[in-house]
Amino acid sequence: MSANVGIVIVSHSPKVAEGAADMVRQMVGAEVPVAWTGGNPDGGLGTSVPAIIEAIDKAWSDSGVAILVDLGGAETNSEMAVEMLDQDRQGKVVVCNAPIVEGAVIAAAEAASGASLADVKKTAEELSPQ
Amino acid sequence: MTLTSDQVKRLIETVAKTVIAEADRLTTLDQAIGDGDHGLNMKRGFEAVLADLDGLARKPLPDAVKAVGTHLVMKVGGASGPLYGTLFLTLGKELPAEAGLAELANALGTAFEAVKARGKSDVGQKTMLDVLGPVCDALVGASADPQLGDRIKKVATEAAEATVPMKAVRGRASFLGDRSIGHMDPGACSAALMIATIVDCLESAKT
Repeated sequence: MSANVGIVIVSHSPKVAEGAADMVRQMVGAEVPVAWTGGNPDGGLGTSVPAIIEAIDKAWSDSGVAILVDLGGAETNSEMAVEMLDQDRQGKVVVCNAPIVEGAVIAAAEAASGASLADVKKTAEELSPQ
Repeated sequence: MTLTSDQVKRLIETVAKTVIAEADRLTTLDQAIGDGDHGLNMKRGFEAVLADLDGLARKPLPDAVKAVGTHLVMKVGGASGPLYGTLFLTLGKELPAEAGLAELANALGTAFEAVKARGKSDVGQKTMLDVLGPVCDALVGASADPQLGDRIKKVATEAAEATVPMKAVRGRASFLGDRSIGHMDPGACSAALMIATIVDCLESAKT
């Protein structure tokens, strides 16, 4: 298991999520655990709570996991997924308020430097207008 | 009142079938100001509820309501999943096994607050909260007279209508800004629909 913070990408579109994950992977290689999910439980545009939980599991790091989301439902479903994790994991997962592609790349670059979860989140969120 | 297992089953089945039957209308509303998936998403969620109907009917009402919430969370796929999921999960958690009107009002009030927190929203923002809020208010301290059901349905319908002139500031509809004005909020519509259906079921369970 990586000591670096993991990154999860949650988009309404599986193509967007996978594409963003590809960009992250090119940037940071295997130093950072990365997982992505996109699409509703039927495979259409949307997001899925069980699939988000699975992605968090896949990208799990004891240093924590930062989630990047695109639109409304992705955020609400991600927050719901975090609350459904085991108690001891809940405090180690954050949803970042950042653009999904740029946020994921910059968060992963920060994570690759061994930064804490709070710093990864802060760096990604610097991309959002205050 | 206490519902028999058959009545719990009929209640859940009727709500689920009503939402599924109205899915196209909800989707049309959502196409006007959202991303056009509200009806489809709710349909997917309530189809999962229907598939588990016999299992749900074996549970006491509070547990059945909670389980409905879990199905919606896991299956809806849009923001309405966690929002309605939180509503039903909280309602089920707060309802005592034998709920009177006061207990129902109390539980719904807590569930309303939980949905507010989940959506980081409040009344007046063109959401389902604009129906749930007035319905909670109407239930608090209400007397259980024969007209109560009709009053609640009227409050819910009028509250949904009242979202038409509102401007959305939460969710996808907020991207439209002023252009969201003039359409009923799909979440307010589905909330009013469910409330009216629940009222009708509870009334027929009494007789």
